[in-house]
Amino acid sequence: MTEAQVIRRVVKPILWVAGLAPLAWQVYAFLTGHLEAEPVKGMEHFTGRTAIIILFMALSVTPLRRLTGIGGLVKVRRLIGLFAFFYALIHFSIFLVFDLELSFGTLAGEIVKRPWITVGFSALFILLILAVTSPQAMVRRLGGKRWQAIHRLVYLAAILGIVHFLWSQKKDIRLPLMYAAVLGAIFAVRIAVARRATVPRTRGARAG
Amino acid sequence: MLIRRSPDIPASDITDERLFWSRREWLAAAGMGLAGAMAFPRLGRAQEALKPDSWDVITSYNNFYEFGTGKDEPKENAHTLKPRPWSIAVEGDIKKPATYAIDDLFKGMKPEERVYRHRCVEAWSMVAPWLGYPLRDVIKRLEPGTRAKYVEFVTLLDPVQMPGQRRDVLDWPYVEGLRMDEAMHPLTLLTVGIYGKPIPNQNGAPVRLTVPWKYGFKSIKSIVKIRFVEKQPLNTWQLAAPNEYGFYANVNPNVDHPRWSQAKERPLGQLFKKPTLMFNGYADQVASMYSGMDLRANF
Repeated sequence: MTEAQVIRRVVKPILWVAGLAPLAWQVYAFLTGHLEAEPVKGMEHFTGRTAIIILFMALSVTPLRRLTGIGGLVKVRRLIGLFAFFYALIHFSIFLVFDLELSFGTLAGEIVKRPWITVGFSALFILLILAVTSPQAMVRRLGGKRWQAIHRLVYLAAILGIVHFLWSQKKDIRLPLMYAAVLGAIFAVRIAVARRATVPRTRGARAG
Repeated sequence: MLIRRSPDIPASDITDERLFWSRREWLAAAGMGLAGAMAFPRLGRAQEALKPDSWDVITSYNNFYEFGTGKDEPKENAHTLKPRPWSIAVEGDIKKPATYAIDDLFKGMKPEERVYRHRCVEAWSMVAPWLGYPLRDVIKRLEPGTRAKYVEFVTLLDPVQMPGQRRDVLDWPYVEGLRMDEAMHPLTLLTVGIYGKPIPNQNGAPVRLTVPWKYGFKSIKSIVKIRFVEKQPLNTWQLAAPNEYGFYANVNPNVDHPRWSQAKERPLGQLFKKPTLMFNGYADQVASMYSGMDLRANF
């Protein structure tokens, strides 16, 4: 198999299974009563953390591609990014349905009044923009440069996501700090790799 | 685990969960019948509303940072706590400051069963059948003086028994306080049991406070010191985040926590929230203590 075939026939199916596994687990836990005593809070935390972790993976694709020289990895970046958006959307939907009972007026109030909701919603909004502009057709329509500028917002979304996590905590902030450390490490690697820039870019693959 | 009970509580007074339930059902049925007969439909509903959560729920979902910050951690870790022998130092403006063995402090008193709503500041809630001694009865016995305006409570400080205290996530030991009239209120309990059984370690063995019209963090656990003081005590959560947690911490659906609304609460195990009641449903009994007070400023 060629590199492209391996990615299409092996890597992508694995990513689909891995990407849907957290959702399958939540649905199973929900149906069998395996959620904690505060089921909604449990689901919100789980889907929120999953969204951030998958976003980390999406951010790791480019450095990994540069380090390994497997340029074709760029083809999985979109899928991973969309899974991050998918979990952020589920996270938000649980909040909207079970906490706000679909009251959009309350939602607007919460976004305005509570900084941790403001940053969380901003992160979701950025991911929405990135998801909408993710198809190849949109890349062509926007032009590579502009598309790339828009998709650099992913860094901001990751930072806002972690701030949202941090500000949601009562007192124990170890976990969000660990996430922040991981994001810092990803940034460090990206910067180091970008500086080296030893691997020539493959045609059609854009740094992002 | 079995603790030694005071000889004044006959074994027959300790209700086991099944017996407790059959009694509840009988009471509910009686309540409903009465309600139907006398056309007071509310009575029946009120009885139903206070259906206690199961022993499992009450004892496996706890905020007790002395054993870890996760809600499931206290149950897992609290086995290191030794609730007997246990002594409680009573200090400050009272006739005879002394350190009491816990069983001596309650000697000659009969614990009462009280089914109370419990509302956490995090907006979850449960109903628990506590077994406890009205704090007022204990205080009367201690004969406080005129300078005793507040009562301060302190939790055990012992990182060996309470491994969570090895991390400085809060300023240990945990401290709470009540105004004298709040402490003397008949609803306020020194709680020693749940469902008629000795209170498990993760719920604050061997003795905790229960103040049902206040957010759960006021109900301090594993008490080793009670002080009668003139100045308002600085409670641990107020010290930790003064903009989020105050001294009074009365349950109030109209005053939001800075990060979330307090208008509703989620009963444990449920998906949807229900409205939170003023003073957690105890307004009839306690509101007069706060008349004329700005509850927004004194959150």
